[in-house]
Amino acid sequence: MGTKVNLISGRTIVQGQNLDNKLSEEYFSEVATCEMNKADMEKLGVTGGDSVKVKTSYGEVVVRAKGKEGTPEGVIFIPMGPWANAVVSGDTHGAGMPQYKGIDAEIEPTEEEVLHVKDLMKRYME
Amino acid sequence: MVEITDVVCSLCGCVCDDIVVEVEDNNVTKVKKGACSVGKSKLMGHGRIESPAIRENGSLKDCSYDDAIKKAAEILAAARRPLLYGWSSTVCEADKVGVELAEEIGAVIDNTASVCHGPSVLAIQDVGLPSCTLGEVKNRADLVIYWGANPAAAHANHMKRYSYISKGYWTAEGKKNKKLIVVDVRRTATAKMADVFLQIEQGKDYLVFSALRAMLYGYEDVVPEVVGGVSKKDLLETVRMMKEAKFGIIFFGMGVTHTGARHNNIVNAIQTTRAAHTHTKFNIMPMRGHYNVAGINQVCTWETGYPFAVDLSRGYAWYNPGEHSATDLLIRRECDVALFIASDPGAHFPGESIRHLAKIPVIQIDPFPNPTTEFADVVIPAAISGIEAEGNVYRMDNIPIRLRKLVDTEYMADEEILERILGEVRAIKEKEGE
Repeated sequence: MGTKVNLISGRTIVQGQNLDNKLSEEYFSEVATCEMNKADMEKLGVTGGDSVKVKTSYGEVVVRAKGKEGTPEGVIFIPMGPWANAVVSGDTHGAGMPQYKGIDAEIEPTEEEVLHVKDLMKRYME
Repeated sequence: MVEITDVVCSLCGCVCDDIVVEVEDNNVTKVKKGACSVGKSKLMGHGRIESPAIRENGSLKDCSYDDAIKKAAEILAAARRPLLYGWSSTVCEADKVGVELAEEIGAVIDNTASVCHGPSVLAIQDVGLPSCTLGEVKNRADLVIYWGANPAAAHANHMKRYSYISKGYWTAEGKKNKKLIVVDVRRTATAKMADVFLQIEQGKDYLVFSALRAMLYGYEDVVPEVVGGVSKKDLLETVRMMKEAKFGIIFFGMGVTHTGARHNNIVNAIQTTRAAHTHTKFNIMPMRGHYNVAGINQVCTWETGYPFAVDLSRGYAWYNPGEHSATDLLIRRECDVALFIASDPGAHFPGESIRHLAKIPVIQIDPFPNPTTEFADVVIPAAISGIEAEGNVYRMDNIPIRLRKLVDTEYMADEEILERILGEVRAIKEKEGE
């Protein structure tokens, strides 16, 4: 049983710089991350760079924890991209827009590796 | 070496048009000034899709443009419920051919607004949009509000060129005589620059807009001490600043469109702007993401009557976002073929919709390999609009600007690829009709 958090996603400057370069290491190291408050990291017992598993009703994904000042307690931020989208909701509630922010999630430390983008996409083809 | 001035950036909705680059041996070798770090990264270039390709036995095999275009046309001509999606990172001339192709095959045509400012479009259709151009903001605005938007990360030149930091006719001293309010869940880089930062609880935007509306109409007494994590004191200060401004502007982003209330948030944001009109001049504008997402909304509207999520299967345009939006079609597993151009659903759609894409034929037209390439069955590389191809785009305030061509290329432009696919589709249909 993981810790309950509110998941949001969005842009970062390095994610934007690599919009046309998504198969790169730079994109991977920026986007396959999960920003959170330092207090939340301490509660989880993880430090920056450790793997964490984020689970929602829509899927689960492993990303690297990243301490970020300014993120409120109880909120985690995964930069927009394939890792965030593995766990967001596709239900548009009749408006056409999936829910990319405000997803109930659970987070826990894990020994599992973060999947590179090609391996992550392979999961959809199984 | 040649220096090219007045280069137009084809990255975000700012469409900066004062960039200076150096070109040597048919390559952009230096961005001298004007571009932000994100735009510079685009101009300097990344690895490309090297050849057209068709997937055979699970892996992509290089082929000629002719073969890839023919294969794409065969797939589209045989489709029963095709989806044509993307269109925001290419030029209006290509978008126009895209709508024609959609009409020819009775497709659903949707664009990236669907997962970006689609809710804003719905709200604008509901209550209108008291807005202006970015030029007016630059020359007049003395109060800038960013709500659920972090231009420091997503539109890095926005503040410098058009809003808080820019210097205009009546704003010659730049930020010295301006105020900045930021509303966000996180204390972002933009929030750190603000005179007032309202850190709201996630998903409580609607409540905070409602409180501001009530206060702007003089009903402070109905507002509780804390709304959505924001104190009444801070809300009153915000309202005071709004009333005292000569020209205010609210720029709003995905923080408002991506949450539970979706278009209802935007309706309330627009009504808050309207409430401010009882005191002063106030405007509101969506922070459009891709450089031509406003343009595909324009093209789609003048060609079909509707800006996004248009179903042309009936022989006339039918518009029902939530039914014909790309995500809904995919989650219902309704479409049997998808063509993606100038967008990357593999990276930006929810996993549940990608699961369906992995099962149906997918055609990708794009300059760059990306997660969509991983499951695409026909891959057609394209010239980069704004670097290798020219054409018209619409900035976030719906001002048309012409992208320039900086270097020559052997890659085909989006417009030509689509025209050739359309020609092949028509030839197949003509043959079938004989």
